[in-house]
Amino acid sequence: MKQPIIETSSVTKTYRSAGNSVTAVDSVSFAIYPGEFVALVGPSGSGKTTMLAMLAALLEPSEGEICIDGHLISKLSESERVKFRRQNIGFTFQSNNLLPYLTVLENVELMLRLNGYYGINARQRAINSLVRLGLEDRLHNLPNQLSGGQRQRVAIARSMIHNPSVILADEPTANLDTERAYQVTQLFADLVHENNRAGIMVTHDLRMCKYVDRIIQIEDGKIVADLKTRQEIDALISCA
Amino acid sequence: MKLAFFLAFQEVWRNRGRFLLFSLVIALITTLVLFIAALSEGLALANKEYLEKINAQLLVFQKNVDLSAAVSRLSLSKINDIRRVEGVAAVGPIGFSNGVMVFSDGREDLNVSLIGIEAGKPGAPPVIVGKSFVIDRGLQVVIDKNVADRTGVQIGERIVIKTIQGTKEEFYQLEVIGITDKRQYLYQPSIFLPYRTWEQIRPQMTSGLQLVETISNVIAIQVNPDADPTIVADRIRAQVNDVDVANIVTAYKAIPGYQVQQDTLNTQSGFTLLIGVLVIGGFFQIQMLQKVPQIGVLKAIGVSNFIVAAAVVSQIILVTTFGVAIGSLISLGLALGIPSSVPIIFNGSSVLIAVGTLLLIGPLGGLVSVRLAVTVEPLIALGLSS
Repeated sequence: MKQPIIETSSVTKTYRSAGNSVTAVDSVSFAIYPGEFVALVGPSGSGKTTMLAMLAALLEPSEGEICIDGHLISKLSESERVKFRRQNIGFTFQSNNLLPYLTVLENVELMLRLNGYYGINARQRAINSLVRLGLEDRLHNLPNQLSGGQRQRVAIARSMIHNPSVILADEPTANLDTERAYQVTQLFADLVHENNRAGIMVTHDLRMCKYVDRIIQIEDGKIVADLKTRQEIDALISCA
Repeated sequence: MKLAFFLAFQEVWRNRGRFLLFSLVIALITTLVLFIAALSEGLALANKEYLEKINAQLLVFQKNVDLSAAVSRLSLSKINDIRRVEGVAAVGPIGFSNGVMVFSDGREDLNVSLIGIEAGKPGAPPVIVGKSFVIDRGLQVVIDKNVADRTGVQIGERIVIKTIQGTKEEFYQLEVIGITDKRQYLYQPSIFLPYRTWEQIRPQMTSGLQLVETISNVIAIQVNPDADPTIVADRIRAQVNDVDVANIVTAYKAIPGYQVQQDTLNTQSGFTLLIGVLVIGGFFQIQMLQKVPQIGVLKAIGVSNFIVAAAVVSQIILVTTFGVAIGSLISLGLALGIPSSVPIIFNGSSVLIAVGTLLLIGPLGGLVSVRLAVTVEPLIALGLSS
């Protein structure tokens, strides 16, 4: 029996300010297994980004536990969380993904340098990864010389180069046209499957769920649907 | 640290136009600070050079004149009283006045300090070329190197000094027998004369005034090697009537206008450094505000606060050092083209202090941006905030 890479149990996040409290995530429990690419979907304000932030150890749950690859996130100190993110999480964001003053190759290498890998081997690994994503002729370009789709592919390469156990993507296709958005999502799915990682993509665009293995639908902080079969997934997409 | 420096350097290199422009701003501030420091040094030296180099530890002034050599009048009988004080090794009267060196061959006239001294006594400068006079009379003079450099006068040449006697201009022909090192006094190059000769040619209110008793402005004192100058000064005050005693530093600081001038220039220098701190701080703060989303992403992917702060500090040090280096070179270049009459002196220690301070103000000014960088929340990368 495969062990889940991500396991959440009754995770709740409540924001409190000036006597008011808002529950963004309400008692959410799920498990994600190696090789599983999951879409976290829901309308704006449903709590999906807050959930992603907690999975990335950027936010602490108000209640409940998150366990990733054997690490109980709530037990980690601040510096351990930074180290945990550096080693175990691959992140792709909606925008501002790449450092504008580093070349494509340097941006990807950054994750290796951050984890203490320098030298020719690290460079070759980054080159191989970019070649795999069809960016071999863009290695020495700066991000502002790339299209939006190319930039996201570089960000994907960076998120995977250090072999993290979890890949998180926050609306990675939001700034792309439909065709490029499909390409990026398919790329994500392929890499998650090939490398046997756990992948979570937050999106509000159900069309992008074409390549995922599972959809967790959140509304008002609660899971309202957890679709695991192809039929269920396709049925939801067709409603979009 | 390696990663921090890599990030700092790459950002500077890939935006070198912007950072070069900012380095030039730092270079201009550096040039300004160095020139103010050099001017301060030059003006101070032009005022005090003779006193600073004098071969004495103490100077005696008339009492109640605020250590002003121009106002002080001491009868030469005081010399005998002072000589008898325990710890005094040698004494020498010094008289200060002004004159004009005039030329008939087209060279420009030169205002000079006329300093009357006794041969071989405290106050007499060492001669580096030629010889010194050996008697207190005679029409022989020693000029300082400033006079030689500015007029081209050489040993053996006869010079003409003009002074005002009563209401008339009088001209005195004197022979240059020696040259001493640079010894300006009150912004003027100096000519050293035998004391009696100085008395005769110094400007006087009444022409042909017959003095009842010879007077000097100050008396220079060498103390015995084993004596404490402070104790000797106290003894002189106690044993000799109507005199005040000061060490050399106190004496030149008491030159009218000296302290005010130095304070003014130091204030200017301080304000320039303050402007430097604000300009550097402002630049890096604005830049940091523009980079907040990038820093959020860096932190979200696992870059520690230490690396972020070290990258910002490395960048500030890199840009400031480059700017200060360019500014120092500009100052050096400009200094070579400045006429020798402008009192600018790049003294090693004052330049080092100025450069050191400028290198410190970079990180100091950038502290605010470092603080901002450290407080950026990684949640910003996800469009959230705490």
